[in-house]
Amino acid sequence: MQMSDSRTIKAPQDVVFAAILNPEILKQCVPGCTEMSGSAEEGFEATVVQKVGPVKATFKGAVQLSDVDAPNSVTLSGEGKGGAAGFAKGGANVKLEAVEEGTLLTYEVEAKVGGKLAQLGSRIIDGFAKKMADQFFANFQEAVEGPSEEGETAEEAPKKGWFKKITG
Amino acid sequence: MPKDNGIGASPKRREDVRFLTGAGQYTDDINVHGQTYVHFLRSDVAHGTINKIDTAAASEMPGVVRIFTGADFEGVGGLPCGWQVTDKDGNPMKEPAHPVLAQGKVRHVGDPIAAIVAESLEEARNAAEAIELDIDELPAAVDMKAALQAGAPLVHDDLGDNLCYDWQFGTDTETVDKAFAEAAHVTTLELRNNRLVANPMEPRVAVGDYARANDESTLYTTSQNPHVIRLLMGAFVLGIPEHKLRVVAPDVGGGFGTKIFHYAEEAFVTFASRQLNRPVKWTSTRSEAFMSDAHGRDHVTTIQLALDADNNFTALRTDTHANMGAYLSTFASCTPTWLHGTLMAGNYKTPAVQVNVKAVFTNTVPVDAYRGAGRPEATFSLERLVDKAARELGVDPVALRRQNFITQFPYATPVAVEYDTGDYNATMDTLEKMVDRAGFEERRKEAAARGKLRGLGVNCYIEACGIAPSNLVGQLGARAGLYDAATVRVNATGSISVMVGAHSHGQGHETVFPQVVAEMLGIDESMVDIVHGDTSKIPFGMGTYGSRSLAVCGSAMVRATEKIINKAKKIAAHLLEASEGDIELKDGQFSVAGTDKSVAWGDVTLAAYVPHNYPLEDIEPGLEETAFYDPANFTYPSGAYACELEVDPETGKIEIIQFAAADDFGNVVNPMIVEGQVHGGLAQGIGQAMLENCAYDENGQLLSASYMDYAMPRASDVPFYKVDHSNVTPCTHNPLGVKGCGEAGAIGSPPALVNAVLDALNGGGYDVAHIDMPMSPSRVWQAMQG
Repeated sequence: MQMSDSRTIKAPQDVVFAAILNPEILKQCVPGCTEMSGSAEEGFEATVVQKVGPVKATFKGAVQLSDVDAPNSVTLSGEGKGGAAGFAKGGANVKLEAVEEGTLLTYEVEAKVGGKLAQLGSRIIDGFAKKMADQFFANFQEAVEGPSEEGETAEEAPKKGWFKKITG
Repeated sequence: MPKDNGIGASPKRREDVRFLTGAGQYTDDINVHGQTYVHFLRSDVAHGTINKIDTAAASEMPGVVRIFTGADFEGVGGLPCGWQVTDKDGNPMKEPAHPVLAQGKVRHVGDPIAAIVAESLEEARNAAEAIELDIDELPAAVDMKAALQAGAPLVHDDLGDNLCYDWQFGTDTETVDKAFAEAAHVTTLELRNNRLVANPMEPRVAVGDYARANDESTLYTTSQNPHVIRLLMGAFVLGIPEHKLRVVAPDVGGGFGTKIFHYAEEAFVTFASRQLNRPVKWTSTRSEAFMSDAHGRDHVTTIQLALDADNNFTALRTDTHANMGAYLSTFASCTPTWLHGTLMAGNYKTPAVQVNVKAVFTNTVPVDAYRGAGRPEATFSLERLVDKAARELGVDPVALRRQNFITQFPYATPVAVEYDTGDYNATMDTLEKMVDRAGFEERRKEAAARGKLRGLGVNCYIEACGIAPSNLVGQLGARAGLYDAATVRVNATGSISVMVGAHSHGQGHETVFPQVVAEMLGIDESMVDIVHGDTSKIPFGMGTYGSRSLAVCGSAMVRATEKIINKAKKIAAHLLEASEGDIELKDGQFSVAGTDKSVAWGDVTLAAYVPHNYPLEDIEPGLEETAFYDPANFTYPSGAYACELEVDPETGKIEIIQFAAADDFGNVVNPMIVEGQVHGGLAQGIGQAMLENCAYDENGQLLSASYMDYAMPRASDVPFYKVDHSNVTPCTHNPLGVKGCGEAGAIGSPPALVNAVLDALNGGGYDVAHIDMPMSPSRVWQAMQG
């Protein structure tokens, strides 16, 4: 499956780019990620626990960065093996562009699954992959911008801002 | 009054007593002392190079007995293909190696890479997770036509391309081309016969047991043909002579063709039990069944019909791509050729018929025979085509069929077979009455008033059953004879055990076969039992498939029973002090013609085993006879099917209103069982037409491998059937005059459904030429949008 989307992050382009190369940031952003190590140069090792439809598995995998054109674009590609659950692999082409509000992040994601994941989950895999990508970039936005009231999206801001004030 | 005993009676199925009370003994119910369990680590990529399989850590896991890989099978035979097809240039088909466990490459999702034998299944599965695999995924050949293009990924590097064979059969090209050039009308149709998974209720199971003391192996397996498995595995794979190898197929919960074939798991448990000197058991999970049972159908066909100005069929030409999958399964090669091409004439006297089939290797599960095997594909293409021709010509589809029906028998088709009998107009007459075809247009109007599109689809079919004359199939490339065998053992007190080569896995042989013997001897059928499924007990018969059991094995049983009668008459003549020629057998009594002197069946059988007063100088004691029967021809069941349904134009959803089947099965031994066989076949045909589809993505990932994704027909998806088998043209060459009924329902029903949907849509003003199966609401709705 393939999908693409974009979001605007309120931070300078070089800050956003640096965040993409930071394993600590990535660990916070990959949904279900329990471990992340390595470096942008060597590649990252990751452990991700996820449930896709009826299949729950621990995926161990590697993420590689390529076509690094700082601070404009980078390609992330990775493959996770889930043992009896099968495998998932995919890639994202990420482009950054300075805009008035900060940085426009545009991504194109391609994902593939195999083994039991494909056999049992093919009908839900597109929705699942979209959810994963959305969550990743939402987490990324939050991680880069920091958890501030101003950082919330426009339509949710008043409500959540109020909620945050109450809960401190 | 209907009979309550013997041929023509419908006693309830005696095997159901144990099946319905949970007393069946299936292969998974068999546990051998000291047994181990095997779990197969299977490929989750469609195509890849195996760089390394590291089993070191896994071998140390708790409970692991031994882990086997392809390396353990070097020097061991591969799984054989039972039929060599010769291509149109006279060259043999390409036969790739088919190792028990993958060697060098994996070629489909589900290809077994390693086999973990452990003390428990859980331990075997856990150890599988610890095996380190290094496999480089390769691009996969998935689409058949793309797989034949230059530069396509090669499923088997050593073959050079993915073409197994390019087969041509029937009328010569020049004659066919001429007929098409001179045709007043040509109808062309492209269609796909969707890939199916057989899904028997019982998944496959295999238990290998080895007795070192006498060097004997026993394989318990879910098979339709234990002797075939013994022959193939013993002679071609493992090199075990027959007398040291016993194959037992006990109660088997459905086969539908997919349990004919010799599978890697059977060879593995037999091999491993000998290596380990311990029994090894494998039970397929449902997920494994989807990716290791041979799939069915998967043809893509272009078919053309030439008609003259009077709408007579003048020529037929087909061009089919048939998917073999990654390896050649046991009968994969003959299914799209000899079981398909020879039926392409259908019920019609088309003078020129040419069949072209390209068999293609792809990175998918092997494809082989599934209920009907080649004949459903032939019937579907032809009957869809004839319907399309009728619509294009603006003529009644039934009238067009009737005009072109074969009416003189025997009839030699342009595609090699000779139909011995049939009356296609008779079954069509019956069908038209069963569905009240005359009243259909009124019903269509009534439905239209409710906003529904009502359609009536009709088709006919012919199949070749009673497989098969050995000398003929030998010439065509079969690597086995296709006779069958029966031993009738009469016991001292007159009860009878009949050991048969046929195997019952839902057909009801245990009920039907005794009816025949009881009828011949004039005794009660409760005195007769059938023994089947164990090579140590039954004579060398070839098993059950191709609607052959009664026509071939039943004929062997008749021949053996005739021998029994002949010998029993000699004994009776001695006891009655009469001439053998004067002895008559009726109602279980041997009597001297024209006198009141008689002796009962039980007295004769007792004399055979207690030969105190016995003609020992003329005949041997005992009463046991074996016969082998090799049929002179195929049998040709035929019939006409109709489906009436309504399409909801808002959603594309189909509701079946009625389904009728008018069959000519020749003579019928047990009408109830025949109806049951037709019902089951219809459910599978409706499943194919409406619901079932085995889907792969472009990477060769199997997408429909559970019942969440592969839609099996449920009770609510099928109507109450109207079934008729009153039109009888008995088979001319077997002693019972039977033709076989096991596959007809699955062969005859899919075109009726598609024809009905197209009739509904076109009748409602939607110009739709074809819809591929399964006709999901989405596909129907899309077709209506143009």
